[in-house]
Amino acid sequence: MLKTFSKGGIHPPENKLTSAKDIKRLPAPKVVYVPIAQHIGIPAEIIVDRKDKVEIGQVIAKSGGFVSSNIHSPVAGTVTKLDMIIDSSGYKKQCIVIRTDAKNETNFQEIDYPLKKEIDLEPAEIVKRISDFGIVGLGGATFPSHVKLNVKEDKKMDCLIINGVECEPYLTADHRLMLEKGEEIVVGIKILMKALHVNKAIIGIEDNKHDAVELFKRLTANEKQIQVAALQVKYPQGGEKQLISAILDREVPKNGLPMDVGVVVNNVGTVFAIYEAIQHNKPLIERVVTVTGKKLKNPSNFWVKIGTPIKDLIEEVGGMPEGTRKIINGGPMMGKAIKNTDVPVTKGTSGILIVDEDEACRGEVKNCIRCGECVNVCPMGLEPHLLMNLSEKGMYEKAAQEDIMTCIECGSCSYVCPSNRPLLDYIRFGKNITKQLASSKN
Amino acid sequence: MDSPQIVISASPHLHSDRTSKKIMYDVVIALVPAFLVSLYVFGFNALITTSIAIVSCLLFEFLIQKYLMKSEVTITDGSALLTGILLAFNVPAGLPIWMIIVGSLAAIGIAKLSFGGLGFNVFNPALVGRVFLLVCFPVQMTLWPLAVVNNTSIADAVSGATTLGIIKEGLQFGQTMGELSSQIPSNMNMLLGITGGSLGEMSAIALLLGGLYLMIRKVISWHIPITILLTMAVMTGVFWTIDPEHYANPIIHLLSGGAILGAFYMATDMVTSPMTKKGMVIFAIGIGLITVIIRFYGAYPEGISFAILIMNAFVPLINSYFKPRRFGSKIKAKIM
Repeated sequence: MLKTFSKGGIHPPENKLTSAKDIKRLPAPKVVYVPIAQHIGIPAEIIVDRKDKVEIGQVIAKSGGFVSSNIHSPVAGTVTKLDMIIDSSGYKKQCIVIRTDAKNETNFQEIDYPLKKEIDLEPAEIVKRISDFGIVGLGGATFPSHVKLNVKEDKKMDCLIINGVECEPYLTADHRLMLEKGEEIVVGIKILMKALHVNKAIIGIEDNKHDAVELFKRLTANEKQIQVAALQVKYPQGGEKQLISAILDREVPKNGLPMDVGVVVNNVGTVFAIYEAIQHNKPLIERVVTVTGKKLKNPSNFWVKIGTPIKDLIEEVGGMPEGTRKIINGGPMMGKAIKNTDVPVTKGTSGILIVDEDEACRGEVKNCIRCGECVNVCPMGLEPHLLMNLSEKGMYEKAAQEDIMTCIECGSCSYVCPSNRPLLDYIRFGKNITKQLASSKN
Repeated sequence: MDSPQIVISASPHLHSDRTSKKIMYDVVIALVPAFLVSLYVFGFNALITTSIAIVSCLLFEFLIQKYLMKSEVTITDGSALLTGILLAFNVPAGLPIWMIIVGSLAAIGIAKLSFGGLGFNVFNPALVGRVFLLVCFPVQMTLWPLAVVNNTSIADAVSGATTLGIIKEGLQFGQTMGELSSQIPSNMNMLLGITGGSLGEMSAIALLLGGLYLMIRKVISWHIPITILLTMAVMTGVFWTIDPEHYANPIIHLLSGGAILGAFYMATDMVTSPMTKKGMVIFAIGIGLITVIIRFYGAYPEGISFAILIMNAFVPLINSYFKPRRFGSKIKAKIM
């Protein structure tokens, strides 16, 4: 019996259309739009000006604090504008617009470094480099990676978990990366183990990616400290807390962090970015993006420069299909619907999903029939129906008592509700108000 | 590109194909085998009683929603249809038509719509309908047409007593179980449905078949029905072991009356049962105990309808006391 997390979970259709497709490198776009708020935390501060020439990998916006991250130019070219551009949140955000210098060869160069196994840097240098090179969690949360590696003295760490779960339907970016860059990821894991002073690492992979499980078992056959855990397929296993529960059977306490149970979790994409930063001095300027959807001519996985407009990617897979009703930045369970395809790819963009009528629209909302399925599937042991009612009626204090803030917004409740009730919408709303109330009290 | 037909909504963007309507119709499908048995046993009467109950439930829902509540009419969601079928299953076949209509009004009007419609009712509508009729018309409601196989005429239905009725009356008149055994249908007949009783509670096998279907379709979980039956079996088993002359054995108790119909179809009504598995078990133990107490000591031979309604009233309380264990409340993990 394969392992899985302790509570709840759902089985949406997997629809991994692109799992057999190699990651194709796209040439640099003519213009890139680089937002300064691509990570959780304080936005970066712009340090270039209009008409400045920038090199590929040059810092163009500096980290604005501890929980923040540097941003590097993904191309060589000229800054044409500092502008407000709509990003995937739907709001206008500060952006650095760079016109690519077409003659500059490095913009098109295939960056496939030879594998380098020896780790020269010391732990503190590793953390500094990760911070300087703008590495953030690439699984979607975009939490600056160096913050996770700054373990407080009083916390005892014993295990590094590598997240290769990719439980979102449709997405295959992590899967392909694991298959194509397996050896590099293993080196990346060793880098992280060195930085964290832990001597145990476990790679968690859902068993629908059996080839990746086999590959990593082979790659780590002689590595006693690195294990591979094949996991049952169940959403949201890629959630940090769920993954720790699945692999180690430890529960991160309410309002706690993985650190509290001696664990740090990093996504495989992040691990690869860390490998490139440490071993090849390459900052985070590109990432793997799955562009997919049932009606697309040629759904694919791409290496994409940060700042590339999404419409370029859609052109690359054969254009926007007839009857498209929804464009999703990310996976179908937690991604954001966007309206404008000028939105650029950022560090957190793991996929673009194009959806037609059948999947795009929500059903008519009916009365709650109290079937309890939302309670059954909630991975956090919450009562979504109750939290929705409390939020709807403005009873935020009661909602906080019912642990509304521990909701991880996985959407399992809304997914299963037979009456199409917008459970997560109201819970999010309740969480936001609760947060505001808490901060206004302090 | 900024096209107008692009939809924006918050995640999740996927939805399972499970709908309230599908759940309701799954229950209807599960009741088909039991209905076929009733049709075989009671003939035309079963058809008439069921049709009248369904039509009047749908009609009352339509009329009340349209003209009294002036709200959206929801008769196609399958819930009123289900209430109609379950009400019919809980009354004797061949009950006077006007009584069925009164029962439907009590079920839909009082128990369901006056509380706010589907999802807001505290008590199981079909059972409110049944109990309303039982209290108002005790004679007609306990006039059980005798199961005569292939009886196709309406007029000459012979009435008889139910298994539980025979036992209750017999014991009251000082008879022992041994003396009554000749009057009680055999276990096999109770399994197949050759016995007296409400329209739909005849055949244990047909009801179990439907119950199995509901479990496979994940409309119900085992928690409520199995716990009810287990509680009843344990409690009747204890009494029977102590005094077999004055208490019927557990098998008779489980196969007779509305035990199986109640456990699988009435108590599992989602709206009026607890949300968590823990709560469901507590709820089901309560139903099992109250049912047996009524069967032993109550005025009526059968008590599962009352037991379910009584426990329905406790559901909000159960929901607020038996919450799911929150993730992260486990005792601290040991770090090496």
